[in-house]
This record gives sequence, C-alpha cells and structure tokens, in this order.
Amino acid sequence: MSVNQAIKTDVSKIPLDEMDVSDPVLFQNDTIGEYFTRLRAEDPVHYCAKSPNGPYWSVTKFNDIVRVDTDHKVFSSDAARGGIVLGGLGVPTEASAMGGLEMFIAMDPPKHDEQRKVVSPIVAPHNLETLEPIIRARAAEILDSLPIGEEIDWVDRVSIELTTMTLATLFDFPWDERRKLTRWSDMVTASPGNGVDSWEQWQQEMMECGLYFKNLWDQRVGGEQKHDLISMLAGSPATANMPFQEFLGNLILLIVGGNDTTRSSISGGVLALNQHPEEYAKLMKDPSIIPGMVSEIIRWQTPITSMMRTALCDAEVGGKTIREGDKVVMWYLSGNRDGEVIERADEFLVDRKNPRQHLSFGFGIHRCVGNRVAELQLRIIWEEIVKRFSRIEVVGEPVRSLSHVIHGFTRMPVKLHAR
Amino acid sequence: MPKVTYIEHTGVEHVVTVASGTTGRDAAVDNDIPGIDGDCGGVCACATCHVYVDAAWLDRVGRVEEGNMEAELLQFAEDFRETSRLACQISITDKLDGLILHVPHGQH
Repeated sequence: MSVNQAIKTDVSKIPLDEMDVSDPVLFQNDTIGEYFTRLRAEDPVHYCAKSPNGPYWSVTKFNDIVRVDTDHKVFSSDAARGGIVLGGLGVPTEASAMGGLEMFIAMDPPKHDEQRKVVSPIVAPHNLETLEPIIRARAAEILDSLPIGEEIDWVDRVSIELTTMTLATLFDFPWDERRKLTRWSDMVTASPGNGVDSWEQWQQEMMECGLYFKNLWDQRVGGEQKHDLISMLAGSPATANMPFQEFLGNLILLIVGGNDTTRSSISGGVLALNQHPEEYAKLMKDPSIIPGMVSEIIRWQTPITSMMRTALCDAEVGGKTIREGDKVVMWYLSGNRDGEVIERADEFLVDRKNPRQHLSFGFGIHRCVGNRVAELQLRIIWEEIVKRFSRIEVVGEPVRSLSHVIHGFTRMPVKLHAR
Repeated sequence: MPKVTYIEHTGVEHVVTVASGTTGRDAAVDNDIPGIDGDCGGVCACATCHVYVDAAWLDRVGRVEEGNMEAELLQFAEDFRETSRLACQISITDKLDGLILHVPHGQH
C-alpha cells in the first residue's frame, strides 16, 4: 500500500471494535499515529477481539503503561504463557526444528533476575568509559568514509555499521564477519516474503547462528575470564549450564536489543531533524544540547513500539477489567505521544525541558539493560556529525520496516553537505 | 526547610534546601544534581535515582524493604549496597534535616 492510499483511510470512521493497531502495514506507511491518537482519546485501554495475532488489549496512555510494566506479579513475560511480543517472534514454535528460544526478557522472576544480573555488568560505568573512545573512533572512521554530495543510504552506511561495530565489540565477535550479527538480528523479526524466502531458510540461518555462537562459547568456556558478553555468560554459575535454546535465545535477545533499536534511532533522528528544520538549526547553533536531543530522538522514534504481557489474574487497567490469560500490549509508541504526561508530546523538540521522561526503554524489572549504550552511541554519532556536516539532507522517501514491533527503516537516501 | 547534601562519586558536594516532604529524587532533579536522572518521574518504576544513604543516617531513613518494588529494581542496580535506596522513596521531612546521600558512579 502506498502512503497516498493509506491517507484515504479515514481513521475517525473505523468502528472501534474493528480497530487492529497490530497491523504491520500501519507502521510501514506511517499512519499508525492517527490510530493511537484516536484510541488515547476515545478508548485508551482497547480490546481487539479479532486479529491475525489473536485477541489482545492495547494500553495506549503513559501512566497506564507504567502501571502494567511495573506490575510483573500480575502481568507475566513468561515465554510459556505467550512471551513479550504479540504474535510471537519468528517462526511458530511448533513448526521450528529448534523449538522455542528462551531469553530472560521473556521470563519472570526468579530466573529472569539471575540471568539479567549476569549480563548487566557489561554496561557498568567503567565499561562504558572504556567503550566511549572506541565508539568515537569508529564513528569518525565511518563518517570520514562517506562521500559529500552523493546520494547514499544512511541506514546501511551509518546506522547499521555503527551499531554492528559496537555489538561486535561487546561480543568480541570476529571483526570481519560482524555483518552476520546484522543478518541474524534481522532474521529474528523476518518472515517469508519479509527478509527471508521461506521458513526453511529462516531455520537454516538461525541454526547457522546457533552453531556459530556455540563455537565461540566452546572456545571461551573455561578459558581466561574476559569481559565480553559470551565469556560473561559462559563464566557465570547462573548461566554456564544453560540449555542450548536458552543460550541462543539470550544471545539473540542481546543482538536484537543492541542492533535493531539504536539503528532505528540513528536513522529516525536524521528524519526528524529534516522534518523539523528549525530544530536542526538549534542543533547546529548549539551542539551542547546533544545529550537532551538524544533522549528526545529515542522518545520520538520509540524503536520498539511495544511489549506484551499476559495477565496472571483478573486486573483493572484504566477502568477496564482484564481477564486472567488475556494478552496485554503496552504501546510505548503511543504513550510517548500522551499529551497528558508529556508537554507538547506531538512536537519534536531538541531542547525539550524534561526529555528523559519517555517510555522507550520500558519501566520495571524488564527495563532496557543497554539504555546507556544506546544513548552513548547516539550522543557520539551526533557529536561527530555536527563537526563534519552542515546538513544531512534526506533526498527521497525513507522505507520503513514492515513490523508492528521494530519501528525502524530499511532505507533512507541522504546527501551530505560539508561544513 | 530541611537541608540535604548530595555527594557525587568524585566527592563533589551539593547542598540543597527543600520543602519538607520533598522526595530525594525531586530534590535532586529540581536542583540538577549530576548523576540522578529520575527517568520515570519518581514513581518507583526505574532505578535512575539510586543513592547510598550515609551510614550515619541509615537508621532514620530506613533500609529498603525486601520483596517490594524498590528492592526488585535495586537488585539490578550497578554496585548495589546495604545502604542503597531509590531517592524517590525517601521523603525529606524536617526529621531528616541534614541528610547526606551519596550518588553512585552510574545508573541505568
């Protein structure tokens, strides 16, 4: 569907009980915002009885989302009950030769707590301080390699390249093969016709991913304790004896968490600044606003649109009764536009007063582990961009991802203007 | 109006005066204390207002209660200690006039 066709849909005329905001086309053609605006106004906790992903609740306002996200005793993330993504991730479990992947984001306490604690030291303050000059050197190298005045794809040349390099560093992944990480990250949300030809191909590539990491694990287990994520998992009692599915699941979680997300924010920031030239001017006039702008970009883009929970008992949210077993989707993308909590929520303001108040990292015990790495990469890339270019000009229609979860871009043609 | 002192991990001190009943998170954010972000707005939903209560004040402030939301969030905080609290859960009343809170190296 083209953008023009999509605009013809009058969102105000769709009967509320027929509204399905999990349709990935609405995200690809960027019309989803109108749907969420209507739900926030008319039915902020909305039940969709029929969708390709089954029945589900949508929670669309900021405070209701925080309430669900922080109540993990009632709202479960457990993969066995349905996990954290409406419609599941990748190939349906029963059709997969590998069975279900297990990852700590899709577990409840106490297992979640034990596994999360193993990986979180990777983003401890001293590690971030070590990482900063490495990321800065890479960012500089990437930007210096770009041609001025020629059309290039920002997603591939910068967003993917920088986040993949950072991820490869965190994993101590073989450097020349680092684009495998990008591919595997994309595979997680791919489906036949959307990034992959068939489920057979999907399984084959995920198996390759599993074997590749198994090999790295075997090399590092019992070896000298290094500070990469694989060594951390292999060296900790809480994770050293993980079943293979859990090992692979956790690695994929870290790959997607560190790849698709910041990638989308790096691209999304360029688009937002192009759509708001007065904000771009503020940035060029005073680059010291970059740290706050980074939070605003993360709010504006909301690279993960939503997370799902399953109710463990009947519960009330925003005046509606959610029944035990019901699926509940917290739409961070919508809560981040909730004008009752965020002032001028529909505007992109690089010097916003309270920019850190956003839902993009989630709240509660599943809050994003890598949020500081995300902010670090975005801050550095923008600091290096403003030194080099007077403008990154978006010169064609960006292509958005066909996904109701990953809110990103597959292509963004730009031209660089020298300073 | 009670006074509260925030000490950064580098040793830099910030003394602020607040209205009785202000939370340690609001007092820090309103006065731009470095190292305290308070991302969730002060509703015990993240851990970006993590502080260490000065040992001399711990009994008066109280320790984190095991099993509640604050404890669940703090368990993932970088460098959790016995004196760790979320500042949003500390109400700075006149009884806590002079309170000293230490700010950790980093938080997320």
